[in-house]
Amino acid sequence: MKLAVMVNEGPYQHQSADSAYQFIKAAIDKGHEITRVFFYHDGVNNGTRYGIPPQDDRNITQQWSELSKKHGLDLVVCVAAAQRRGILDADEARRHGKSGDNIADGFRISGLGQLIEAGIQSDRLVVFGD
Amino acid sequence: MSEIKKFLYVNRKAPYGTVYALESLEVVLIGAAFDQDVSLAFIDDGVFQLAKGQKTTDIGMKNFSPTYSALGDYEVKKIYVEKESLEERGLTPDNLLHLTYEDEDEDYAEKDSIQFVSRAELSDIMDQQDVVPSF
Repeated sequence: MKLAVMVNEGPYQHQSADSAYQFIKAAIDKGHEITRVFFYHDGVNNGTRYGIPPQDDRNITQQWSELSKKHGLDLVVCVAAAQRRGILDADEARRHGKSGDNIADGFRISGLGQLIEAGIQSDRLVVFGD
Repeated sequence: MSEIKKFLYVNRKAPYGTVYALESLEVVLIGAAFDQDVSLAFIDDGVFQLAKGQKTTDIGMKNFSPTYSALGDYEVKKIYVEKESLEERGLTPDNLLHLTYEDEDEDYAEKDSIQFVSRAELSDIMDQQDVVPSF
């Protein structure tokens, strides 16, 4: 089955990012295809590489980056939600005159159309949020 | 991408305590460009999003409720409000914005967008959808 996933909460504050990650791993193991993971609301905070969780805790952003690298996951951060919360790639930083970017490996910033498109092209859209 | 799917955006939260309502509306407006079968549901505290007479100056936030009145121009014609959620909060249909759309099949007659449905009816409506983003 083709599955699109939406993550609506930030890491550590809320379990939805962990649950989405576990769900995606299990779905891939079962042979399903993940068409896209779309990060919205505070979910965009999953995409900053500047988080430094304690060493005995999971690093959620790093988990996403590694999963993306292993399975070619398309991790998309909503541009409008990201701008509000200071999640920037190099292009966005330059465009808005900011001194640096913070997007993590495997993530890309794009528009809400990517969410609608994923909904249209997938068999299911699975939403993780509050 | 010629396939048309049924999208139901489910709004569950009050308009200003969190950003969900505002950012949900942003998804609906962008999604309107994709020519899908779109409907909106308002349940739980989400019914407060449609309350009329919202004034936000004292909380320093933008009152985005006028945008709901523009949904008809975005071809959003089906807005379901759950009766039980209204009643549980002491609200009546008179407390809500009057949302309309122009029916191009009937000489652009102005029609009500909001349909008041029971919890059981909304359950059936959800069952008929392809994509149900919830906020």
